[in-house]
Amino acid sequence: MILGLEFPPLSHIVDWPGLVGEGEWWEINKVVLIYGFAVMFTFLLFWLGNKKQMVPTGAQNLAEVSIEFIEEQVVLPTIGAGGEKWTPYLTSLFFFIFFTNIFEVIPIFQMPANARIALPMFLALLTYVMFNGAGIKEHGLFRYLKLNLFPPGVPVGLYILVTPIEFVSTFLVRPFSLMVRLFANMLAGHILLVTFAVLSAALWTTEWYAIFLPLPAFAMVFFTAFEVMVSFLQAYVFALLSGVYIGMAISHEH
Amino acid sequence: MLLAEITDTGLAALTYGLGAIGPGIGIGYLVGQSVQAMARQPEAAGMVRTTMFLGIAFVEALALIGFVVFFLGGA
Repeated sequence: MILGLEFPPLSHIVDWPGLVGEGEWWEINKVVLIYGFAVMFTFLLFWLGNKKQMVPTGAQNLAEVSIEFIEEQVVLPTIGAGGEKWTPYLTSLFFFIFFTNIFEVIPIFQMPANARIALPMFLALLTYVMFNGAGIKEHGLFRYLKLNLFPPGVPVGLYILVTPIEFVSTFLVRPFSLMVRLFANMLAGHILLVTFAVLSAALWTTEWYAIFLPLPAFAMVFFTAFEVMVSFLQAYVFALLSGVYIGMAISHEH
Repeated sequence: MLLAEITDTGLAALTYGLGAIGPGIGIGYLVGQSVQAMARQPEAAGMVRTTMFLGIAFVEALALIGFVVFFLGGA
């Protein structure tokens, strides 16, 4: 209760009742439905981009532009030339995150699936396995650990300080910050939209203070546009950081 | 007279506000410098933008951890 305004508790805006199979292990609620849609759209994009038509038209054009965007804006600046084999992973990562985020502003759904921590955690662990796996495959386990924990060019005595810091920042903080960044951004955006929706609904009265209604209503329109940008940006940042970590793991210039 | 009772939620909100100051200054400085770099050398804008987003992501993480701690501690 803030100034007589009934604000829904956090659990009411991120917990959804099951639509099918309430209480079963395969219970399908809104969030699971969004995962399904996002997987479907991501597959659709790959299917469209895979057509062998020489002069692309319509949807195929869009798919090719999207994949080119990932290759030029994410893969080349982070992994560099020869990193093209990572394009499929980063493309699917980007679009899956983008589609799960964008349901935040789509009517009826209006819930970013990434506001539940399960999905960001899974994606961060996936990237963690990917970049460590790529590094171990490139350098071998022993050399990979040596490059990361004992960076060359450091005076021997300083390793007592450098090694623990490098271990924590590379193997613990990276997946954690990747997870928290996506999760907290989407949850914050969702709460922001709910706040202005609740304010608008409370001012929808015949009392004199209804004249303030345009303020939260316009703020909601503005923040909806802002959240579209945030959805895109968070997907981009997640893919970009995954690319940076993979690029650092497989580079030879430590 | 006590103006406002100090509660866990209030403390958590205050702490989050304090925790957001640093990243706020950081992101402001970072983006300002990036805009300056892009204005001085428009042909390097693409590279600067990518690096800027990377920097923002690292700085922003601190504020977001504060946001999560706010919920863990307060709500």
